[in-house]
Amino acid sequence: MGLAENQVSFDLLESYLEKKNPEGSMWGSKGALGFRENALFQDYHGLKSFRQAMASFMEQIRGGKARFDPDRIVLTAGATAANELLTFILADPNDALLVPTPYYPGFDRDLRWRTGVKIVPIHCDSSNHFQITPEALESACQTAHDANIRVRGVLITNPSNPLGATVQKKVLEDLLDFCVRKNIHLVSDEIYSGSVFHASEFTSVAEIVENIDDVTVKERVHIVYSFSKDLGLPGFRVGTIYSYNDSVVRTARRMSSFTLVSSQTQHMLASMLSDEEFTEKYIRINRERLLRRYETIVEGLKKAGIECFKGNAGLFCWMNLSFLLDKKTKDGELELWDVILKELKLNISPGSSCHCSEYGWFRVCFANMSENTLEIALKRIHEFMDQRRRFLII
Amino acid sequence: MRLIVPLRGVIQGRGGLFVGSLIPCCLFYVLQLYLKRRRSPPDPPPTSSRSNLFSRGNSIGRVRVSSRAVPVAKPTDSPYYIGLERVKADPYDQMNNRDGIIQLGLAESSLCFDLLQRWMSENLMESMMIQSDDGEFDISSIAMYKPFEGLLELRVAFADFMSRIMGGNVSFDPSNMVITAGGTPAIEVLAFCLADHGNALLIPSPYYPGFDRDIKFRTGVELIPVHCRSSDNFTVTVSALEQAFNQARKRGSKVSGILFSNPSNPVGNILSRETLHDILRFAQEKNIHVISDEIFAGSVYGDKEFVSMAEVAVSGEFDKSRVHIIYGLSKDLSIPGFRAGVIYSFHEDVVNAAKKLMRFSSVPVPVQRILISLLSDTRFIEEYMASHRQRIREKYIRFVEGLKQLGIPCAESDGGLYCWVDMRSLLTSYSEKGELELFEKLLSVAKINATPGTACYCIEPGWFRCCFTALADEDIPVIMARIRQLAESARS
Repeated sequence: MGLAENQVSFDLLESYLEKKNPEGSMWGSKGALGFRENALFQDYHGLKSFRQAMASFMEQIRGGKARFDPDRIVLTAGATAANELLTFILADPNDALLVPTPYYPGFDRDLRWRTGVKIVPIHCDSSNHFQITPEALESACQTAHDANIRVRGVLITNPSNPLGATVQKKVLEDLLDFCVRKNIHLVSDEIYSGSVFHASEFTSVAEIVENIDDVTVKERVHIVYSFSKDLGLPGFRVGTIYSYNDSVVRTARRMSSFTLVSSQTQHMLASMLSDEEFTEKYIRINRERLLRRYETIVEGLKKAGIECFKGNAGLFCWMNLSFLLDKKTKDGELELWDVILKELKLNISPGSSCHCSEYGWFRVCFANMSENTLEIALKRIHEFMDQRRRFLII
Repeated sequence: MRLIVPLRGVIQGRGGLFVGSLIPCCLFYVLQLYLKRRRSPPDPPPTSSRSNLFSRGNSIGRVRVSSRAVPVAKPTDSPYYIGLERVKADPYDQMNNRDGIIQLGLAESSLCFDLLQRWMSENLMESMMIQSDDGEFDISSIAMYKPFEGLLELRVAFADFMSRIMGGNVSFDPSNMVITAGGTPAIEVLAFCLADHGNALLIPSPYYPGFDRDIKFRTGVELIPVHCRSSDNFTVTVSALEQAFNQARKRGSKVSGILFSNPSNPVGNILSRETLHDILRFAQEKNIHVISDEIFAGSVYGDKEFVSMAEVAVSGEFDKSRVHIIYGLSKDLSIPGFRAGVIYSFHEDVVNAAKKLMRFSSVPVPVQRILISLLSDTRFIEEYMASHRQRIREKYIRFVEGLKQLGIPCAESDGGLYCWVDMRSLLTSYSEKGELELFEKLLSVAKINATPGTACYCIEPGWFRCCFTALADEDIPVIMARIRQLAESARS
């Protein structure tokens, strides 16, 4: 339950890949000629047909509320590489990106390891459902300023990991406004955009930008996406930087030579993703199944006396176990985590690893297992909670 | 600020300068506000309440990218990349564009595609579409997260493959190996692991122009060329290394290691066992690393024996933890599009760090499955490598003979997909300028893209790298005729 993988819609992918002409799905319809091009193709622009398919897929996810230009798509071997590459391009060593907490623990590595860039947290808490406030933004800026660190941008994940919730439209607008005032960048990692249970609840930063003509505003916005979550294909290593900034697109393209997407993968996916009938069906069914899983787990946890954060997206839920903590500290949280790991044999992620300022929250993934396994996990949690209650009563 | 000047005459005495600056500033500010108000659209779009704010152009200025990014987006000034761009705009095609530019600037081989094509059509689907116990296709075998450093089966297959093509005298341990998305990230990751920001790597020149980007784009590591000369057939000497090392030290540059290609690129010579020993001995004395880029190891067509640095490293004479090898399938197996490379290191910390960094540059799982199947098909690999070497040799002989008949000699070479051509006789002046003029004439008049030595940091002008392994036999007389024409008009 610790790995945010999406296995709920594998059957849809399997039946697609089996049905379609294998030669066709492997390297386009050109057969022998296709292989030659495939083997030699290492152009960092990426296959046009693949970029077009990706752009169209991203538009479908957003219900057509934003358009994507295939020439602004820069391919990278996964969103991990996209986030790192953007950091190299937008910030110098010892500069900082502001990131709202709680955030995906991987950012500590991806944004900082090789880039030398720092992360300054924007503290969010449960009092307002962990939404980013202007005060929190200013406070983060001040912290950076006091430490003599130059802020180059804000990086958000929308829908959020680990919260499993979309960012409100007003918050996005305020964010962009803030970035304009501070003259910094805005990066929106929308890797879970296709995993929003009800499409209408998701506002992409792309929609906000769609209505803006001023280039000096648009060109600070960059979107990261990948097929690892929505399509359940993390093994394929396909990610993208979508930037409204021409210079960033040019630079990212050249630097993508360190993280190119295999031509083989591009060919395989191009035909699948240009099949709009398939993608429409996939996106719809995937959302329905994720919602069902989410409801199952939240209900199951509720019956066990555990409340979850009200989420509407993603492959996980944000569970509140603060009432079980002996001490409301990081150690207390980690002790509880250890118990859950060793006794319940459930691997969930403690909020402190996500830099959450409140203790007792845990991220629980629900899409990386069969329904059976989910039932078993819930049963274990029930039993654990029953035991706990009996112990407390005595 | 023409407003200030007339006002200076008006404001005299104490505080005059202050007031004299304040008033024009206020006027300027008021003027700006007035202009901004005039510029804003009368009817803001109803869909977003914020667009009104944004479209008034209230932003402070253009947002900037990092100082690392600035040079990257600039148009290239390297003839290596310029040549590639010119071919892209006007590529030669026997049928459709006979006047186009013939590509001799990209080290790619298509000589054995027929063999690869046959293998792929017979094996590709099975190798990738793995079935579960019930006989149904199981997508989880290719879709899910796998260790970023590459599946163990792939590392085992690579280890075996590398051992075969490098003469069979050295074995590779899969646990010292990390699979990368091509040779390019392999080089960069090693640079990150072995050198700090501001340190330097010594690199015998002429060298592959791509190293500049691979090393300099993001690592902050410097490349210091160690000049090799035609008198030594451009083979690096210890005295040249020593000189470069000392000069670097005087300048305050800390040298972390030596990076070289073997077979060398662009010259194509194979370093002898002795030279490899000398390099490693030198590195040991200076306590620095050695990175041996052996990406052309299987593309050897001459009579010389290829010896891997790995073989020398385990000889017992040296501390092998300073030796690191780069390999990949882009040249020997002609599948640069697949993106498959290798970092092989005897240093545990480097292997561990490289494994972790592979999260940014790993090979997709379905491609790994194909490669496991391909590299483990030893019968096919033997047949393929033998044909690959044979066909390169045949093409090399044809190409070099054609040049010889024009009175144009080449450096001695035994490996690679190219030859190092001595075009000094065609230079109008024996200088870098003369060489670049010839490069331009070759591109625009003879319609041939060959990489000039300047792009490779060659200290002697007049040398060009010509890649011949993507040429059909019929293309060679066309090339020679064009060069002859150019040579004749140069001499007249």
